[in-house]
Amino acid sequence: MKNRLKVLRAERDWTQAQLAQQLDVSRQTVNALEKGKYDPSLPLAFKVARLFGLAIEDVFQDR
Amino acid sequence: MVTSTTRDRGAQCRRNTANLLYWTGAWVVSLAIAVFGPLFVWESKAVTLGAILMNVALGVGMIAANKRHLDGLDELQRKIQMDAMAFALGVGLVAGLAYSTLDVTDVIPVDAEISYLVILIAIAYLGGVVFGHRKYR
Repeated sequence: MKNRLKVLRAERDWTQAQLAQQLDVSRQTVNALEKGKYDPSLPLAFKVARLFGLAIEDVFQDR
Repeated sequence: MVTSTTRDRGAQCRRNTANLLYWTGAWVVSLAIAVFGPLFVWESKAVTLGAILMNVALGVGMIAANKRHLDGLDELQRKIQMDAMAFALGVGLVAGLAYSTLDVTDVIPVDAEISYLVILIAIAYLGGVVFGHRKYR
């Protein structure tokens, strides 16, 4: 699954650590998500979408 | 936007890890006491039974501490731990039964020792954790 996490984070000038804090996950998890190495659970995907004020499909796309 | 809950996650995780370390250490020490006490310190079976019951009680505490540790992790960290545990369980099952069969069929000249199996499971678990962290680095 592809995602726009890195772009969205860069637009807000947030570090991975800041994003991790806001999502209540570790920085390693944010890094793995951005690199597409790990697909989030549905609750975490909704949390990400809510944080950026977007629909879930605007953040995550099926390959 | 950053809540105290999110700020506390790292600290809570470290506390849970330290707590697990203390419980595991206490369990290992109590196991050593239960094993070596009757050999070198006392002769009473009642004291030995007490030492074993203490070991089991600390083991229950260690299991609860491990559960709290897992509950405090985020979903990727938990996945890494669960994958490592599943790998260690599989290695323990396959190698343990093969080792036991070697003993039962007298292919090896010595009795199978469960301590070897425990060491193997621990190594497999550690290897699984390291592999998981490298995979999602």
